[in-house]
Amino acid sequence: MNFSFFMREVWRSLSRNAVPSFAAMASVLVTMLVLGAFIPVMQMANAAADQTRDKVFVSVFLKNDATKTDVARVGKTLEGAPNVKSVQFISKGQALKEQKKVDPEAFKVLGDSNPLPDAFRITPKDPDEIPAIMAALAPTNSAGAQAPIDPKIDEVKNARETPKLLGVMNAIRLGTGLLAFLLIGSSILLVGNTIRLSLFARRREVEVMKLVGATDWFIRWPFVLEGLIVGLLGGVMAILVLLVAKTALLGPLETVPVVNGLSTLSFALLAGVLMIASVAVSALGSGLSLRRFLKV
Amino acid sequence: MQPVGPPARSAALPHDPRNVIELRHVAKHYPDGTIGLEEATMNIRRGEFVFLVGSTGSGKSTIMKLLSKQLEPSHGTIMVAGRDLADITRKRVPYYRRNLGVVFQDFKLLPNRTVYDNVAYALSATGAGRKEIRAKVPDILRLTGLSTKLHQYPDQLSGGEQQRVSIARAFVNHPPLVLADEPTGNLDPQTSIGIMQLLYRINRAGTTVLVATHDHHMVDEMRRRVIEVDRGRIVRDEAAGMYAAGEQTTDEFGAMMRDVEVGRVRERLDHLQGASDDELLWGDRPEADR
Ligand SMILES: Nc1ncnc2c1ncn2[C@@H]1O[C@H](COP(=O)(O)OP(=O)(O)OP(=O)(O)O)[C@@H](O)[C@H]1O
Ligand SMILES: [Mg+2]
Repeated sequence: MNFSFFMREVWRSLSRNAVPSFAAMASVLVTMLVLGAFIPVMQMANAAADQTRDKVFVSVFLKNDATKTDVARVGKTLEGAPNVKSVQFISKGQALKEQKKVDPEAFKVLGDSNPLPDAFRITPKDPDEIPAIMAALAPTNSAGAQAPIDPKIDEVKNARETPKLLGVMNAIRLGTGLLAFLLIGSSILLVGNTIRLSLFARRREVEVMKLVGATDWFIRWPFVLEGLIVGLLGGVMAILVLLVAKTALLGPLETVPVVNGLSTLSFALLAGVLMIASVAVSALGSGLSLRRFLKV
Repeated sequence: MQPVGPPARSAALPHDPRNVIELRHVAKHYPDGTIGLEEATMNIRRGEFVFLVGSTGSGKSTIMKLLSKQLEPSHGTIMVAGRDLADITRKRVPYYRRNLGVVFQDFKLLPNRTVYDNVAYALSATGAGRKEIRAKVPDILRLTGLSTKLHQYPDQLSGGEQQRVSIARAFVNHPPLVLADEPTGNLDPQTSIGIMQLLYRINRAGTTVLVATHDHHMVDEMRRRVIEVDRGRIVRDEAAGMYAAGEQTTDEFGAMMRDVEVGRVRERLDHLQGASDDELLWGDRPEADR
């Protein structure tokens, strides 16, 4: 169709409806700023949670009288258990070395004796499966005590903080997910509402256009183009602000590992996502909000 | 079993190709229960000039709105140029409206466009290019006496001037059917005559014209077909009628007043015969067209 006509229409509308256009642009800008700040934070939180997940394991302690054949047998049993990703054997000696590193003072008094048992460390396929693994290896009997499946297993334990940690991790994931959902929902409402307000002010204009024989698309194109331009401007401004904020705030913290992980997230990708989101929300918002007023 | 209800449209009266407008038992009941129109049946021939008269709230605008598909009838059929308006889909309505020149009672101008752009918009909405717009718009604006107001916005115009913009916009496409709802409602008698002359000239060029009006003098002077509506019903249809029905004009005082007024209008028409070029567009009498 007549592109230059539509562009002139857009220009007229932007210059004569400066305030609503500015409001729409500002709402796109604010929304994209919040989204743009939130997405990296969410990614960071999830990355941190994932790192913690890898450190979750189940320890299987053997009885002190376990022989080498016992160790080999138990190791096979454990490897064959469901939900097990890998099994690592930690001998008495290794365990002692590890513990000495953590707390040298405490082990000094023990001299050369080693009170630690041989142990296996099981990494689960999924941290959430830990209770299932424990139940499989050492079901609790009617008295409430563990009844290990192998007589040479003394005790099956998960790392002390595992349940708490799992809870925190899940809370983080759920929280960020919920927040993302709310944020996206409210940003659509905000942008949509701003556009609807500016269109409402022009509903009479749309009515007249229809009465003199303009088709829906003839009326809609300038609005969609206008939304596109408003979204583009808002998106570009949001990205510029984010870029400045990133260099100013995160630049000095480059050496901190967690933050470093954040800055390695591709900023270009984030910018692209924000750009598409702002243009799409704003252009679709204009085009769709208009529908109500086209029924003349 | 005999079907009960309003008779089928084709059975009641077959379409006559000479008719541009056909109303068959048309009723319009507004959602709040108000009756806008009831049992209206009428035909308007191609090339006719018809006045629609009736007191305030009688249903004139309702007829105009039904014809331009701003409203849907509650009952009955409306045919324009042989096409049943009920068959025109929402998508096709804009194309249908391009065949109509509608002068709205409340002008319906675009508030943030100049006089020129208001008229140009209507033209470009129909797909006209810039060249055509530049050729046609100044012409029609000159014809309606708006040459000096091209770049004013509607809120910078008087009521009468806004009305003229509405008229210019309705005529700029040279539509085959013109619906004018109170086109002289806000104009002084002299300008009213000009508008009526314009309508008349358009009609002489072959356009069918339907004018809703309260303007006694104009109706009586022009001696065209008059359709009178009263409380939603068509109560009179005379080939060359007066504004009011015969027995009502017997009131002596009223007749006297009207004679005085008609005399005044005649004076003005005479005066305009010797007018300058620009005024001529407004002032030339119907007879001068022949
Ligand atoms: N949208 C509406 N909703 C309800 N009633 C309406 C509506 N529009 C018009 N009416 C009613 O329908 C009747 C006819 O109205 P209409 O506008 O056709 O009158 P009119 O003959 O054009 O009057 P006027 O000469 O004052 O313009 C009136 O009683 C009016 O109150
Ligand atoms: Mg009316």
